Amino acid sequence: MEVVLALLVGILYTAGVYMLLRRSIVKFIIGIIFMSNATNLLVFLAGGLAAGEPAFTQVTSEASKNVAADPLPQALVLTAIVIGLGIVVFTLALKFRFFQETGSDDLDQLQQTDN
Amino acid sequence: MNLLAFPIIVPLFFVVLFILISSDRWARKVAIFGGAILLALAAYLFVQVLEQDMLVLNIGGWPAPFGITLVMDVFSGLMLLTSSFIVFILSLYAQEFVQRQEVEKRFYLFFFALVMGVNGAFITGDVFNLYVWFEVMLMASFVMITLESTRHQLEGGIKYMALNLVGSFFFLAGLGLLYGKTGTLSMAHLAQLMHSNDPVAMMNLPTVLFFVAFGIKAAIFPLFFWLPSSYHTPGITVTSLFAGLLTKVGVYALIRFFTLFFVQDQAFWHSLLLILAGFTMVVGGMAASTHFETRRILSYHIISQIGYMVMGLGIYTPLAIAGAIFFTLHNMVAKTNTFLISGVINKLQGTYYLKNIGGLYRRQPFLAILFFVPAMALAGIPPLSGFFGKIMLIKAGFDSRDYLIAAVAIYTGILTLYSMVKIWNEAFLKKDPQEQTQGGSLPKARFAELLPSMLLGLASIGMGVFAAWVFDFTMEAANQLLNPSVYIQHVLNP
Repeated sequence: MEVVLALLVGILYTAGVYMLLRRSIVKFIIGIIFMSNATNLLVFLAGGLAAGEPAFTQVTSEASKNVAADPLPQALVLTAIVIGLGIVVFTLALKFRFFQETGSDDLDQLQQTDN
Repeated sequence: MNLLAFPIIVPLFFVVLFILISSDRWARKVAIFGGAILLALAAYLFVQVLEQDMLVLNIGGWPAPFGITLVMDVFSGLMLLTSSFIVFILSLYAQEFVQRQEVEKRFYLFFFALVMGVNGAFITGDVFNLYVWFEVMLMASFVMITLESTRHQLEGGIKYMALNLVGSFFFLAGLGLLYGKTGTLSMAHLAQLMHSNDPVAMMNLPTVLFFVAFGIKAAIFPLFFWLPSSYHTPGITVTSLFAGLLTKVGVYALIRFFTLFFVQDQAFWHSLLLILAGFTMVVGGMAASTHFETRRILSYHIISQIGYMVMGLGIYTPLAIAGAIFFTLHNMVAKTNTFLISGVINKLQGTYYLKNIGGLYRRQPFLAILFFVPAMALAGIPPLSGFFGKIMLIKAGFDSRDYLIAAVAIYTGILTLYSMVKIWNEAFLKKDPQEQTQGGSLPKARFAELLPSMLLGLASIGMGVFAAWVFDFTMEAANQLLNPSVYIQHVLNP
């Protein structure tokens, strides 16, 4: 399971970086979504997986004491997903406003503030 | 029970209040009131910290390594006090300079949201909680930078957002790997693990991810490109706020992490920090000298000054860390002040472009004096605040035989002086190029517009005149940072 998830994280980062470097702003936002999900999965994976085990167990039950799933990475990822959602909504709103203002979806047009 | 949660709760309260207030006149008054309360609160907490060494609050009553802990040591206290002072000053400045009716109330709402993020980042003792405060700060700053939705602002906003989001991903990925390696995210617990006789090995991967994340926020050398292409687009109050607070939070996080628990492989990390610090100083200073727009000169200048703070961290002696802290405090005050003055100049002459400005010394000598104080403080002329920060850093560099970086720091001082003298010559001494066209009596800045700069200027002078006093505080902060056992003791075994 770890190997599959690790590969998935790798693929998502690759796709995310590729999309991030495209010229279109929409593709850039898709890249942001990929990267954000890859990062969430990475946090989840780095916290250690315990398949099919509950996060909270009775202290008395000796068997499940050692294999209980760690609830903290799950809580972290949940928070990170919510933050990621907010950010994606904001980027979409910004993109929409920019399109209204300029009628353009081309990142190469963004050269007015550079020098 | 202490008041440690209030630097977060009070701004949150004001955010909610600004949703409810419908009149602009009231919004302005409430904003000043909020700024004053935050300043008083920060001052009270700072006095408490000096008495008790360190304030600790376990949120929700969960004991330290398990729950979220708020911790305030002398370093956090100094940063919180200075940033609250700047927040108060900017709430005064915003009265005169946020004029567009439709954005005014939203401005104050996100102003306090951003302050909440900054305060939270300064006092949290938990790595994930720091991530959350960074995001609060980022979201508020995204909205503020595009507040008026002009084409330039949207463009600058996209650039600012893109690189800062990538920074956030680095932060979160580093955080995940850090948790995977150590099994904890409480800073004190991490410090305990890393300072024990058998520290966790292979920490370089999370360290490098955190370093890139904070490097982007702090705008150090190869990662700063978002800053000069976005900071000159929003209204001047927003730019001043960003210049005073945002990059400094990145520097704060770097100093906190690299003294508290990223302490393995010191030879490598400290030489990397020094190399990047040198490049940051020189590249920022040189780029500043090529521009003729006050906000752009000052934006590049922020980058150049970040180099000094990172340099202190790279030298890593008590005097160097104290110098970095002193320099950060001085820079927050003086840098904000120069931006405020450039806003006043824009209001008088209708432009930030230096070639179209002139004759201000003859027209309003007092404004010239107000600019002269922070400009000379930034250039490091005694007896103003910048001189003492620089001399601490340079002396620490010589003491630890890092001659090259000390030489670079002195050389950058000349570059800084050059940019400041350029603004001085162009804006104040040169004849006004618009004089023939306009004629008659030109407008003068009113007292209310100059009051914020006067207060910040007095703070700059005060930090120079009472430097010994501030020096003692920064030394105490540095000693606490370099002896993490105090921090660990206070948080884990209260």
